[in-house]
Amino acid sequence: MVHQYKLNGYNIVLDTCSGSVHAVDEVAYDIIEMYKGHSEEEILSKILQKYASWPEVTADDVKECIEDIRSLEESGKLFTEDEFENLAIDYKNNSNVVKALCLHVAHTCNLSCSYCFASQGKYHGDRALMSFETGKQAFDFLIANSGTRKNLEVDFFGGEPLMNWDVVKKLVEYARSVEKQHNKNFRFTLTTNGVLIDDDVIDFANKEMSNVVLSLDGRKEVNDHFRTDHAGRGSYDLIVPKFKRLVEKRGGKDYYMRGTFTHNNVDFTNDIFHMADLGFKELSMEPVVCPPGDPYALTEEDLPKLKEQYEILAKEMIKRKKTGDGFTFYHYMIDLTNGPCIYKRITGCGSGTEYMAVTPWGELYPCHQFVGDSKYSLGNVWTGVTRKEVQDEFRSCNAYARKECRDCWAKLYCSGGCAANSYHATGSINGVYEYGCELFKKRIECAVMIKVAEAEEE
Amino acid sequence: MSRIKTIETKNVANTAKKGGCGECQTSCQSACKTSCGVANQKCENKNNK
Repeated sequence: MVHQYKLNGYNIVLDTCSGSVHAVDEVAYDIIEMYKGHSEEEILSKILQKYASWPEVTADDVKECIEDIRSLEESGKLFTEDEFENLAIDYKNNSNVVKALCLHVAHTCNLSCSYCFASQGKYHGDRALMSFETGKQAFDFLIANSGTRKNLEVDFFGGEPLMNWDVVKKLVEYARSVEKQHNKNFRFTLTTNGVLIDDDVIDFANKEMSNVVLSLDGRKEVNDHFRTDHAGRGSYDLIVPKFKRLVEKRGGKDYYMRGTFTHNNVDFTNDIFHMADLGFKELSMEPVVCPPGDPYALTEEDLPKLKEQYEILAKEMIKRKKTGDGFTFYHYMIDLTNGPCIYKRITGCGSGTEYMAVTPWGELYPCHQFVGDSKYSLGNVWTGVTRKEVQDEFRSCNAYARKECRDCWAKLYCSGGCAANSYHATGSINGVYEYGCELFKKRIECAVMIKVAEAEEE
Repeated sequence: MSRIKTIETKNVANTAKKGGCGECQTSCQSACKTSCGVANQKCENKNNK
């Protein structure tokens, strides 16, 4: 399957099933477009006609280009056949390994962000903190169900996990005390709103957490519109100095400044640039997750503007990198030479199978976005997964699960997309959240364009 | 003259023979928590380079 597009002056051809990327000129772009549906004579005739005023486009030249395309096809870099569907089904059916948990250590929050998908940390339920005993059992469950997997991930999530910080520290200590005997390597992430960050948090997080996700929406007025305390006061002035101090002392370890954009700030690149100008260099900015009727929900009218924003972002990133002032954007971090294998690309996000969320009471859910929806409860950390029928539903999610995805060029980049987004948009985890697909495809086009631009610079 | 420049990439199709160790990061876990994609994903299989 081939996807062709023009962006920022580049003509780009993606061979999606091999992962190959080609930067081509106008003539080759047109020839590739015609290659599968036309004879060589037809291509020659049409190209010579279209480029009649271009003296360098000769019959020999066009034939040489066709030969180059044939050579790429024969070497598996163009028009590669999609033969992976059965791999996706077999791989997931044969895997019963859990490798990642999202630990909801606190279903409560010291901010009261009105757009919060988790209803201000409570997930539409009671406020609660996870006990050490429950957390410990979650680790034991993970170790016992992880098979021979060495790398295990645990995200301390909420609500606001720093409201249960002592338990987080004890759980990390427990995990470190048992990982070697089980031949495991724990990688921890802390996702925080920053309010309770102090030197103790900074020192511990920078030592133990492989990744820290720091929530900030960008410009002060944008951040403070939603990210307020319970008295309605904006959080920007409180959290930005704390985030700066944490990042300064992070010593190069991974972190993300992670924002959410809504209908209110469709010009979200200005928020990304603001975070970069504050000195933060690892950035992520996500579309809001909310019901379509909410006043801040993204609209159809927003879609073309958002796509334009992603282009603006990509171009600015190229520009800033050249001047030594570059930054990364999560969705543009595509590793073309050492990225994921085909199994990773076709088997989906792993929610409900290799990835689960754990509530403060030890209940298991397919992921953090299903927490509180009792029909998706999987079991608990003591009994394990008892509702196999729910797990099997998630096991069926992969890049081929939806008929709409079969002919989509982006399926090996999105792996079938987010089950929660599909559920919220369509009522089914196997539905298609088309709005999200449009944004996703634009981001991949931009990410690949940046790689092409970098390669052209070399 | 060559009108096509091929950027260096890993051949994804070839990884079908050797891949699937599962040691890589869970897609959603790293930063976004709202989408599933290959961004920020590195292969951890030393036999699959």
